This record gives sequence, structure tokens and C-alpha cells, in this order.
Amino acid sequence: MRRDIYQAIADPTRRAILTLLTVGALTPNAIALHFGSSRQAVSKHIQILAECGAVDQTHSGREIYYQLNVEKMKEIDHWMEAFRKLWETRFDQLDNLLGNI
Amino acid sequence: MISFSKDFANKTMHIVREFKAPHEKVWSAWTESSLLDQWWGPKPWHAETKTMDFKNGGHWLYAMLSPEGQAHWSICTYQAIDPPNSFKHTCVFSDENGKPLANFAAMHWLVEMSGNKGVTTVNITITFDDITGLEQIVKMGFEKGFTMGLNQLDELLG
Repeated sequence: MRRDIYQAIADPTRRAILTLLTVGALTPNAIALHFGSSRQAVSKHIQILAECGAVDQTHSGREIYYQLNVEKMKEIDHWMEAFRKLWETRFDQLDNLLGNI
Repeated sequence: MISFSKDFANKTMHIVREFKAPHEKVWSAWTESSLLDQWWGPKPWHAETKTMDFKNGGHWLYAMLSPEGQAHWSICTYQAIDPPNSFKHTCVFSDENGKPLANFAAMHWLVEMSGNKGVTTVNITITFDDITGLEQIVKMGFEKGFTMGLNQLDELLG
């Protein structure tokens, strides 16, 4: 299955996990505590986030901590920036046309 | 000035832009194919309408043409037309006969405009059925070069 950053944000629980991780690295247990769902369900989402490259893991003793991969998240902004530029170009063209009709 | 905002949770994007032109002119530019073809395709691409029937349930079938003549077709279906204030259309990538391509999400557009003293404000709300639809559209535009020349891409990523 295709794994990219857009799949990471396609699910509301995963978006919530990403939001949670903006404040710092957390263990899967700590993440699961924030949600009404099971540890197992949360683990599945974390696994997808990791496969998408949205989060990185670090080991500290016996614990695994997950943190946001900020660089990867910026990809979304790059796409959005491209889309914004498309509209700027389009609207400049419309400005020119409106001056001529 | 262009205002651009995204709301992933609601799978929508909002675009707001003012034009120094009378309301009726801006409405015409959005709803007449001979005018749309002159601005809809962001350079170096250009848009070419095959058929357009601007009425509720009517379609706009057009191609985005590259400088080399490569065509990417889209078909849009109009709804809720309220001249000269607003209309909706749902657009999908299609073949040249307007048959939608599989695996591409639809984009639902609401285009609203209001005029005041020769300035017209256009409000666009684009909604996707699924967030991956947003990605497809942006990626398609990006890869096919609708969005910018390579130099601009370098600038952006640099």
C-alpha cells in the first residue's frame, strides 16, 4: 500500500496524534492515554504514521518515543505553495483579461 | 492580493481575491468559455473548451494543453447557478469525451462574487470528498507543470 504524507493526515485520529506530538516526543502508551481507543488501535495509527515518514522513533532505555518529523510535514506546505502559485498566475491572467473586455 | 487557506479537517480550501473590474465582467469571465479559455490555463499551459453548457446540470468539458500540445481533460457539472452572484460545479479529470478517469477524486467548487464600486471580490471554496483528493490535484498540477516553471520550483524548494 502506498504510504506518503497525505495518507498520514487522511485520518482524524492520525491528525490528532500529530497535533499531540507537536508539543514533544511521547511513548505509545502516553499517546494511547489521550484517546478513547485501545492501545492496539493507536499502535496501528502510529505504525502508519511511521511508514509515512510523519514520525520518527527514538529509544530511551526500554521505552520507544515518537516525535514529529517536521521536515516531512513541510512537504504538505510545498504542495500547497505550488497550488497557491497556480492561482496567482491564473488570477494575474484574469486581471489582464478584465482590463481588455 | 490573494488569500489562501486550507482546512484539512474539513477537506476544504478557501481562496479570496479582489478584482478591479465590475461585477458583471468578472461573472462573464468565469461563465463564458471564450473568456475562460483566455485565463484559466496558468502559463505556459492554456485551457481550451470543447463544449460548455452553462446551466444547472450542464457541463464544461475542457483540456489543459501543454506548450507541446499534451492535453489533460476535465469535465465539470454546474449546479445552483445564481447569476451574477454564485454557482457551483463539480469537476473531475476525464478523457476527451468527458468520461471521468478512475481513481481521481472529485473537486466540488463554490464560486461566489460580490461587487462594490467597481471592485469585485471572488470567494472560492473547494471541497474534496477525501483529503487524498486534495493531494492528487496538487500533485497532478505539480508534476504536469501547471503550477510553475522549473526555476520557480528550485526557488520554492531552495
